[in-house]
Amino acid sequence: METVYLIAGMFLVTFSIRYGLLPLSGRIRFTPGIQRALNYVPPAVLTAIIVPAALMPDGHTLQLTPANPYLVGAIGTTLIGWLGKNLLITIIGGMAAFVICQWVLVLLH
Amino acid sequence: MGLDMANDQRWSEFGKGARDTLPLVIGAIPFGIIFGTLSAGAGLSAAGTMGMSLFVFAGSAQFIAMGLVGAGTIWPMIVLTTLVVNFRHLLYTATLLPYLRRLPRRWQVLLAFGLTDETFAVAVGHWREPDPNSHKHWYQFGSMVFMYVNWNLCTLLGIAAGRFLEGIGGWGLDFAMVAAFIGMVIPYLTDTPGYCVALVSGASALMLNGLPHKLGLIAASILGIMAGVVTESLRTRWLQRTSEAVEEK
Repeated sequence: METVYLIAGMFLVTFSIRYGLLPLSGRIRFTPGIQRALNYVPPAVLTAIIVPAALMPDGHTLQLTPANPYLVGAIGTTLIGWLGKNLLITIIGGMAAFVICQWVLVLLH
Repeated sequence: MGLDMANDQRWSEFGKGARDTLPLVIGAIPFGIIFGTLSAGAGLSAAGTMGMSLFVFAGSAQFIAMGLVGAGTIWPMIVLTTLVVNFRHLLYTATLLPYLRRLPRRWQVLLAFGLTDETFAVAVGHWREPDPNSHKHWYQFGSMVFMYVNWNLCTLLGIAAGRFLEGIGGWGLDFAMVAAFIGMVIPYLTDTPGYCVALVSGASALMLNGLPHKLGLIAASILGIMAGVVTESLRTRWLQRTSEAVEEK
């Protein structure tokens, strides 16, 4: 039941944003400030997810060590993304960094 | 114009829209599959996962929702986060409004449902072309149908892979979402405001991590957006002042 509410809610919210302005006649112009703010939404939300996921993989303790595969993977992904700019290569490379770090940790123990 | 000719033109627009979306469709394939595979670990049922792709049809919001489901977040909070994440689509509708407002209601509903980042990116260029053809909405429709069918097939494939391939968890899939998000943020890191957005929202997300119901995510996002807007306006003012100073000399 919870899942039905979740999907119905997500559908309503998403569709309303995409459809909401269409019944209005005339042109809509956002002020440049609002336009910029809307453009910053994706990087802001995504970073707010990435940073805790990489630095606090268990949800509450900061793990700033090379024994944290999420952190190693995140650094690897960032470096590859910076150099290559290709999204698919970045993702696969980042996952490889994460998996290799996990293997090394298993071998060391 | 004969009926057949008008029909031909519609389907040729539809096909062109689909063809021009092909690179983006290919790019969405790994995302769809990964989204489906994550569901097993997050504890979302196969039907729920499929339902999300069928009815919500918003890639990054679905990923984030999956992460929140996995963290045990209550559903109203996930819906609220979806609202924040998808708010950027308001910009898309506003941009297409001059073209879409002439269409019948049923077309508006249909095209609004499928207004993803990818279809917007492809369709906006076609709408702006000066050629006067009156079937351009079929172009956007073609793009959206291709994206939609692909997204749902990939989700299905991912659900199956996540449940039937033993040990798929060891392939780094639990990190795939983080890697994908990093890849999506990097293009924004081109100027000072972009860096400020990432820095402020990342640091505050870390500090506000303890807030209940993942409220820290929304609070940190808003702080990051504000940091970007403030830096941007400071920079504009500073650039104006330097150019004035140069003119005075």
